[in-house]
Amino acid sequence: MPFISVRDVSKVFANGVQALAAVSLEVERSEFLSVLGPSGCGKSTLLRLIAGLSEPTAGAIERPGSRADIGFVFQEPTLMPWATALANVALPLRLRGMAKSEREQRAASALEQVGLVGFEHSWPRELSGGMKMRVSIARALVVEPMLLLMDEPFAALDEITRHRLNADLLELWQRNNVTVVFVTHSVFESVFLSQRVTVMTSRPGRVGSELAIAALYPRSDAFRTSTEYVGYCRQASALLAAAMAE
Amino acid sequence: MRPRFAAPVLLGILMLALWEGAVRAAAIPPYILPGPLTIAETLVADWSTLLASLLVTLRITLEALAAAVVVGGLLAVLFSLSRWLELSLFPYAVILQVTPIVAIAPLIIVWANDVELSLLICAWLVAFFPILSNTILGLRSVDPNLLSLFELYGAGRWRTLVHLRLPGALPYFLGGLRISGGLALIGAVVAEFVAGTGGNASGLAWRILESSYQLKIPRMFAALVLISATGIAIFLLLTLLSHLLLRHWHESTLEIER
Repeated sequence: MPFISVRDVSKVFANGVQALAAVSLEVERSEFLSVLGPSGCGKSTLLRLIAGLSEPTAGAIERPGSRADIGFVFQEPTLMPWATALANVALPLRLRGMAKSEREQRAASALEQVGLVGFEHSWPRELSGGMKMRVSIARALVVEPMLLLMDEPFAALDEITRHRLNADLLELWQRNNVTVVFVTHSVFESVFLSQRVTVMTSRPGRVGSELAIAALYPRSDAFRTSTEYVGYCRQASALLAAAMAE
Repeated sequence: MRPRFAAPVLLGILMLALWEGAVRAAAIPPYILPGPLTIAETLVADWSTLLASLLVTLRITLEALAAAVVVGGLLAVLFSLSRWLELSLFPYAVILQVTPIVAIAPLIIVWANDVELSLLICAWLVAFFPILSNTILGLRSVDPNLLSLFELYGAGRWRTLVHLRLPGALPYFLGGLRISGGLALIGAVVAEFVAGTGGNASGLAWRILESSYQLKIPRMFAALVLISATGIAIFLLLTLLSHLLLRHWHESTLEIER
């Protein structure tokens, strides 16, 4: 029994644009899956459908738990500029009606998990791009999600910060036993992070080929320069090129 | 003193000195153009009358501004909650805004049947639109991803309004408030000109009219100085309020290091 199953899902927007055509996808419990594809191939639409933020035009999506068990991380940090880091992280709990002291305690421990001890009372504009993204990840983790949906979260960051956050994300994934669906347009990122890479084609978005990344965890920075890594990157690039040529 | 303050103050002193010098050199009579010193003397001599009038104008201005905040803010929130309400009512708000206040003031004075109330209505009519339109813009300018997040975690319309739309609209509202502060004063003064009524409870506009009838031009200038000073004070106070509320987070309060 897969954890999430997406069966023959199509999505046509009100303006007539078909974003997804008969997409089928299965995600196992505790899996780290990357969805790799060019910009505008409907990857974000697929995430929104899985989250239940939008309804498929055809097909069905099955996933356990409610929407409250999902952590969602966007491409931008998407923080409320008028709230401190702590208040931003505590937001999902606040909307759930949790008492102030408890939600702040949990938010503080989520900030600790992403390495931001001491920044609880900082305002978003005082934080760097990487730190804002960490706050955003802490906000997704604070609900103790069963499922973490990430929509190109590190695309806007510099490479040094991105590599650091990649490593930290893997550590969080292993520690929290959470299922991750990670959307990216970076071949290197998808190979470094995931157990499995699904390649999507564009206009309309379809799920094409798949690649299992059998490399062991924990994956350190040394993995990035290994021949194993380079080999997987080559394979994933070929799949992506083939998907885009279709 | 920083150049930001020093430059305009020095320029002001220079202009006043030139003015005084020109009036003396050309021996212009005070009923044509009084010099700044004469105006200052009049301000002191007529202080009790002018102060009473200033308080009347100030009261009408502040009451109109308060009414504009309440009505403009509430309408904006209602419009953001109901698209139909906005589609039906907003065009009428625009009509009120584009109709010159001097053209409808006589009607309002006839209908209200009370001078102070009609002045208040006029000032409010001029002042409420910037607050309304700015707040509507702010309530709409919400990050769509944050909206998705609120939806994901089951926040209804009300909590989305309180925790997301209202704080996001605050800078826009404050921008509208700064415009409305000045407009409320202008509305109060213009309406009093149109009403043209004297008596004990008359504001600064009436003092100006009265001075012109009696050819007390220095007093006219003194009243004018008070109106300007009031406008500047309102603007500075609202700017300070805006800074205090936004200093931690809004881009407008950022000081860029050079």
